[in-house]
Amino acid sequence: MKTGFTLRNVQFRNRVFVASGTFGYGDEVRNLVDVSHLGGIMTKSLSWKPRDGNPPPRIAETPSGMLNSIGLANIGVHAFIEKKLPYLRTLDTHIVVNIAASSVQEYCDVLGLLDEHEGIHGFEINVSCPNVKEGGLSFGTDCDRTAEITSRLRALTEKPLIIKLTPNVTHIGQFAAAVKDAGADAVSVMNTVIGMAVDARTRKPKVSTVTGGLSGPAIKPIALAKVYEVAQSVDIPIFGIGGIMTAEDAVEFLLVGASAVQIGTANFIDPSTGVTVAKGIESFARQQGLNDIGELVGALNARKDFSVLQSWL
Amino acid sequence: MTLCDAEITGLRQVAQGVHVLSFRSPEVAYSILPGQFLNLRVHDGLDPLLRRPFSVYRVEKEIVEVIFNVVGKGTAILAGKKKGDMVSILGPLGVPFGIGGRFTNAILIAGGLGIAPMPILAEHLRKAGKQVEIFVGARTSDQLALQHLKAPHVATDDGSRGFHGTVVGLVESYLKEHPLTDAKVFACGPTRMLSAVSNFARTSSLPCELSLEGEMACGIGICQGCPVERTNGERRYALVCTEGPTFDSTTIHLREG
Repeated sequence: MKTGFTLRNVQFRNRVFVASGTFGYGDEVRNLVDVSHLGGIMTKSLSWKPRDGNPPPRIAETPSGMLNSIGLANIGVHAFIEKKLPYLRTLDTHIVVNIAASSVQEYCDVLGLLDEHEGIHGFEINVSCPNVKEGGLSFGTDCDRTAEITSRLRALTEKPLIIKLTPNVTHIGQFAAAVKDAGADAVSVMNTVIGMAVDARTRKPKVSTVTGGLSGPAIKPIALAKVYEVAQSVDIPIFGIGGIMTAEDAVEFLLVGASAVQIGTANFIDPSTGVTVAKGIESFARQQGLNDIGELVGALNARKDFSVLQSWL
Repeated sequence: MTLCDAEITGLRQVAQGVHVLSFRSPEVAYSILPGQFLNLRVHDGLDPLLRRPFSVYRVEKEIVEVIFNVVGKGTAILAGKKKGDMVSILGPLGVPFGIGGRFTNAILIAGGLGIAPMPILAEHLRKAGKQVEIFVGARTSDQLALQHLKAPHVATDDGSRGFHGTVVGLVESYLKEHPLTDAKVFACGPTRMLSAVSNFARTSSLPCELSLEGEMACGIGICQGCPVERTNGERRYALVCTEGPTFDSTTIHLREG
């Protein structure tokens, strides 16, 4: 069974990754997960300086989902290089560093510094955090800014460059097309959906920033539709993300057009979900008589002329 | 740290709306320390989705116990478990109470479900040669879960049993009559009570450790969902799950709901 795939100059072992912010920097789960069964690890977002993150409360559970407002709490790129990267280098999997910033220059500074270091196999650019005032969605909902960031970063690295898109726009396909034209190798679809949870008795919002980002199985149907829209709009590899709990969920993402998937919220329940999903996809493909898991990518059996989406793409 | 399914060996009600769940887990039983917690998944379904943190209440040979009251979907499912059912556990997690050190007297203060870590804490303290006085507060007498506590001092908000008032008020009045030198305070309970304990410990110049609750998803430091504000140092927040849930009361600012 062929499980792997190639992005730019990197051959990934399989198509299952762990999503940024749900796997730390790998060391927190060292005794719980055999990462050699993963396609790769998307690290927690890094900024130039450490970020404290948002005040509590930062998370609230909602039906089949989780609302978060972490606010990109992270140790900063320098501490990452000094304290986390040496351990990540020892892992038998690929490391994709996720970068978040509040200015175009900061994105460039962080990526430029990281690009000089061994043990990093690609970059995922977070232009879609819904929980910070500077950067985040103010970039990710502006197609020109998103493209500008992409082309500036493209000039700085030969490694795979993946742009993580937000669903909180009208036409996500246009953003995917813009970043492809600007030199991105792939897109991650999608970051969290803006959501809100309220305590009726205290009349307070359940996260400190009033609104937060919704993740988990509750958003899977939205994510499938966004991946499908991107896949119909532009020919670029897609990392499908949104509420994947099982191998069957992951296969659904491949069918609508994702080349790979990322496991997010499920890691909070069991950090080895990605390993289970990777093995499950393989046995699913075997049962289907396939030789390459790639045969599932975009293999949705749908009448495109019936698709409402087609009318406004 | 282990992540596995454990077989439920019993479920009993110990006070009004308060239940104790027992399950078999040698890995946890032989490694857990007082104040540490487990992150439990109550079912395989999607709602509730996340694990829930529970302090370990007692350990007896291979059997581990947690105590809870029914406050939402997750604890309602837990209260309906039967002997032989399985529950997924992740743990032991977090930093235990500091039971070493030079103090001779331990003052344990629990409010409501804050009794959760007290039986195992008292047991370990006594084994370490400490004198233990335990103070328990609840709204009413039928909400008191006093099993497995040796000679507890009791306070109720409505005066239906013991001291009429808060548990911190009880501690203060007790210590006036029976001064304890060379003591350390250990407390668990609602934030307002912990603030009162923290103030009491500061004015009495007693070292004090608090066990906090925090909204958390993972329990292992990856979701960053459970910050508590620090009083000093470079970083603004500590995580309840990995740097707590037990904290020296002088190192954190408590946030009142």
